[in-house]
Amino acid sequence: MAGTPFDLQLLNLCAALLLLLSFAMLAQRRVVTLVNLLAIQGALLFVATLLLAWRTGEHHLYLSAALTLALKVLLLPWLLHRLIRRLQVYWDTEPLLNISGTMLIGLLVVVFAFGLAQPIAALASTATRSAIGIALAVILLSFVTMITRRKAMSQVVGFLSMENGLFFGAMSATYGMPMIVEFGVALDVLVAVLVLGVFFFQIREQFDSLDLHHLESLKESPTFGKSPSPAPARSVQEN
Amino acid sequence: MKPLEILTQALELIAALAAAPLFLGWVNQCRAWLQNRRAPSIWLPYRGIRKLFHKDAVIAENASPLFRVAPYIVFGAMVVAAGIIPSMGTRLPFTIAADAIALVGLLATARVFLSLAAIDIGTAFGTLGARREMMVGFLAEPALLMVIFVASIISATTALPAIAENLATQTLGLYPSLAFTAIAFTLILLAENARIPIDNPATHLELTMIHEAMVLEYSARHLALMEWAAALKLLNYACIGFALFLPWGISTGTGGPLSLLASIPLLAAKLTVTGAALALIETISAKLRVFRVPEFLAIAFLLAVLGLLVHLLLGA
Amino acid sequence: MLYIDSSMRACLALLALWALIGVAGLLRPMSVGFVGRMLFPLGALCGVVLAVVAATSIGAPAEQAVLKIGLPDLPMHVRRDALASFFLLLLGATSAGISIFAAGYFRRGQGTAPGLMCLQYHLFLASMGFVLLADDAYAFMVAWETMALSSYFLVTTQHGLPEIRRAGFLYLLIAHVGALAILLSFGVMQGGSWQFTFDAMRGAHLTPYWAAVAFLLALFGFGAKAGLVPLHVWLPEAHPAAPSPVSALMSGAMLKMAVYGVLRVSFDLLGKPEWWWGLVLLAVGLFSALYGVTFAAVQTDMKRLLAWSSIENLGIVFAAIGLGIVFHGVGMNSLAALALIAALYHSLNHAFMKSLLFLGTGAVLHSTGERNLGRLGGLIHRMPWVAWLTLVGALAMAGLPPLNGFVSEWLLLQAFLFAHQVPRTFVNMILPVGAALVALSAALAAYVMVKFFGVIFLGQPREPALARAHDAGLLERIGLIWLALGCLLLGLLPTYVIDTLRTVVAQFSGALLPSTGAPWWLLVPLAGRQASYSAPVFLIALASIVVLTALLVRRFYHHRVRRAAAWDGGFGRLNARMQDTAEGFGQPIRHIFGAFFAVQRELPSAFDSAPRYGVVVGDRIWQWVYLPLGTLVQRIADSFAWLQQGRISTYLLYSFITLIALLALML
Repeated sequence: MAGTPFDLQLLNLCAALLLLLSFAMLAQRRVVTLVNLLAIQGALLFVATLLLAWRTGEHHLYLSAALTLALKVLLLPWLLHRLIRRLQVYWDTEPLLNISGTMLIGLLVVVFAFGLAQPIAALASTATRSAIGIALAVILLSFVTMITRRKAMSQVVGFLSMENGLFFGAMSATYGMPMIVEFGVALDVLVAVLVLGVFFFQIREQFDSLDLHHLESLKESPTFGKSPSPAPARSVQEN
Repeated sequence: MKPLEILTQALELIAALAAAPLFLGWVNQCRAWLQNRRAPSIWLPYRGIRKLFHKDAVIAENASPLFRVAPYIVFGAMVVAAGIIPSMGTRLPFTIAADAIALVGLLATARVFLSLAAIDIGTAFGTLGARREMMVGFLAEPALLMVIFVASIISATTALPAIAENLATQTLGLYPSLAFTAIAFTLILLAENARIPIDNPATHLELTMIHEAMVLEYSARHLALMEWAAALKLLNYACIGFALFLPWGISTGTGGPLSLLASIPLLAAKLTVTGAALALIETISAKLRVFRVPEFLAIAFLLAVLGLLVHLLLGA
Repeated sequence: MLYIDSSMRACLALLALWALIGVAGLLRPMSVGFVGRMLFPLGALCGVVLAVVAATSIGAPAEQAVLKIGLPDLPMHVRRDALASFFLLLLGATSAGISIFAAGYFRRGQGTAPGLMCLQYHLFLASMGFVLLADDAYAFMVAWETMALSSYFLVTTQHGLPEIRRAGFLYLLIAHVGALAILLSFGVMQGGSWQFTFDAMRGAHLTPYWAAVAFLLALFGFGAKAGLVPLHVWLPEAHPAAPSPVSALMSGAMLKMAVYGVLRVSFDLLGKPEWWWGLVLLAVGLFSALYGVTFAAVQTDMKRLLAWSSIENLGIVFAAIGLGIVFHGVGMNSLAALALIAALYHSLNHAFMKSLLFLGTGAVLHSTGERNLGRLGGLIHRMPWVAWLTLVGALAMAGLPPLNGFVSEWLLLQAFLFAHQVPRTFVNMILPVGAALVALSAALAAYVMVKFFGVIFLGQPREPALARAHDAGLLERIGLIWLALGCLLLGLLPTYVIDTLRTVVAQFSGALLPSTGAPWWLLVPLAGRQASYSAPVFLIALASIVVLTALLVRRFYHHRVRRAAAWDGGFGRLNARMQDTAEGFGQPIRHIFGAFFAVQRELPSAFDSAPRYGVVVGDRIWQWVYLPLGTLVQRIADSFAWLQQGRISTYLLYSFITLIALLALML
């Protein structure tokens, strides 16, 4: 460890903190805090990208760092906070599984991801290759976050955090994706959040709630020809 | 060489015994300041202990000899622990007798005797406190062991002085795994020392208390020993934290008497800052319901295991 | 055979002597005095001699012989090597304490006559010894079945009670399913030579596939005896049903025969174990440890609590063996030796401490007639000898230094510290998490022991009848002291034990733990590594500080003590019912590990005039595995039920048809 250069140590620290943040998201029940955690995750990603850009001298990484800062640290959290205020969703209901159980599953996921990443990391040639496992873990943990939540808001945050994980993975495996891909992804994410925002309003209009278990009533009814409740059926037709 | 080691050992023991109530007093003082209260004297714990020693002991009618022996064993265990943990110097002759795992065992011994003594009287308070204490214990102990495991793997040894020396003498390195375990350790420290999110040292409300419920039946010299032991335990945990995460400034084998001297003010400074930080944590957090305690400690355990995994992945 | 020139012959002679003592019990079957004061102490003496002989023979090279007993043309082969010697030592030393306790324990009462019990008991001992010496499948199975049967009869001593008959039946059933698996395992291991001597099995070269099959069969068979989850269900039933010395013997010695069996099969008979077998053992062992200890924490019957705790400890032993096999398989030999030493050490420790605790419960049971933790309490005043000696066992079981339970856990954790160096992806990540589980089980064991000791011996007596409890008699005390001393010495002198175990492990596995050259009082697991533990120094330091503090307090202050009523919060007189019950003590565990338990609660309504609160904790594995299995068997049996006609001539017809069919096949 003492032999590793200091900036690489910092990068590793960033990676570890990203993982920590993913776990914090997994455990967090307040939607506002969840968004703040997402913003911190974005900030860490920004720092990591800057560090990597400085280390490798790849100029396009500076650009993507700037993009990260603008989009993931400032714009998206702001949008989400605004959504939260408008929609008045501050708390997620009790998650589907209790905290300790979720954590345990998270731990197993991390073990799996780390184990999976070991052979991949051996193939990569970048200095940051050992962080691939962490990126993988962040992606999978975000998945678990999305699975265990009921509120649409938390699921969006999980989705964005998954994107962060992908970004970090690409960075540590190959020093970032080509610029055009990154722009594309950034645009996609932005559009996705906007579309989802519109969606939330629609869902709330229909159900007076953002709790996603209401969507369960949309499923095909086993008894033929009888719709379970008129309101959701109509909403399907409208969409 | 040899006399210096013995001197270090003796100095550490005496300093721990003498400074433990002071540290507690300092934490209480900081807490009072932060909460806009008039702070009690920093010497208050000493006065309390002195007063208690002079009083007549009152013991419940059905107390067994175990009840009377337990304070001495708990106190003795904490003193032995203070002898194992390197706080000023790493060349401690006694530490070959017990490594970090044995230290965890020693702390468990103290806990078991404390709980048994609490059950001995057979009141509702005592048994309740004992049950809760053992619950905190069985959750915190593996977490602490995992924290120690990470440090042991990094330094390839389970001897605390060697861990401290290894970290203190190498060039500055960032260990993400140690960041995880340091957070875990802080949670464990709060839980094990009956500090606020888990237990409130200042309350006697039976619904919430753990430690105070267990020592409720003690009085006079027995209580004095128990309180002193509790103060020592807090100091010991702080020093374990320093040895694992902040060993800089500790006197290592190469330093000689001067470095030992230099380590004393440094230790004092670390303790001052830690005490203030502890008071801050206690002030800004609310006490958890007992049912939430397992979650709190599960998080500590998880962080420690994560630290281990991160260390294995990143090699740091 | 008549003259004794080798340690193996001495061991055989001692086993024969045990059997003879048992038979002698039939001379005066109803006399408690003869059986208790003569035969059992003699059996204990045999145990001591066996332990001494076995201990001195550990370093000696292996010896073999052929006994001309048994069926014609099928002689029994016997062999004594270091592994067998170690387990003989364990058997002899533990049984000595148990037998001397039993001498004072058995009284006249309903159930099996003392003389018959003496026969069963000593046959049980002798068969366990013979299991260890057997060197062919035939001798092994005969001894193994004798062991199962004699212990079955011992378990059902109180056969008047239906639940005890039921417990005995369950035990016998699982013992036989296990024995069947062991038999099949031997069948695979002979490898086509159809020679069932162990020598032939050592020589047979199995393909990896068949070796794995043999190993898994053996694991199933021995796991059933060791009580590994999910084959553990008989253990919490049979142990409480048996008289306490028998529970002690079963838990202390018989479960270790399964440990012996797994070691014998995987290292000796199969040659070199594959590294992934170790993973299987680790997974099963760690799960058993955690499962067992959580169930122990919620029990309300003191012997059932100890039975579950045995499941935990055997789980830890098997996890240690698993770790050893993983290390062995990847060529990390000194670490493999360290883990295997930890396994053997823990077996030995568990034999002493669990026997001690079972005997302690026996003494309590005898003097109070009560096994339910909810009706005990405060016995430290009435039974100080039993209480303080049991405390030694409880502290050892809790894994506290400087007693013996700590040493083996310490060694295991030291071995786990290197688990991340195993050169296999995934495995090197998962193994360190195993250490976390070991730590969790150990910490929970402390919880269980505080509950066990606290509820039985501390507090106020929960029933008025407890005031008449009396302390154990002299012979019982000697038995308890013997075992408690064992716990203490095994804890204080680990270096001697490890030196012995080093030889044993080196002989059966080829993995040598290098000698570290540390002095006798200092335990260093691996040379060149800064990790050490010294129990004597530790104890002296702790004791001297305790004594010094006491003296100083006495010197500078006073030692006046006033007795008064306990603080009742201004509520009025507290009564014993207000103490935490055993159920109450299990509450946090039920809460945290809720997923393991099938909890049935009986909650009072707000309007009950006589409210009752009850909680029964069931085993999900019983519900999920055994009940469906039982239903399945029942259904299959039902579909053949039409065969049962009740008329003799029909049955004769069946035999006739079978005979004809067989004869037709012969053509």
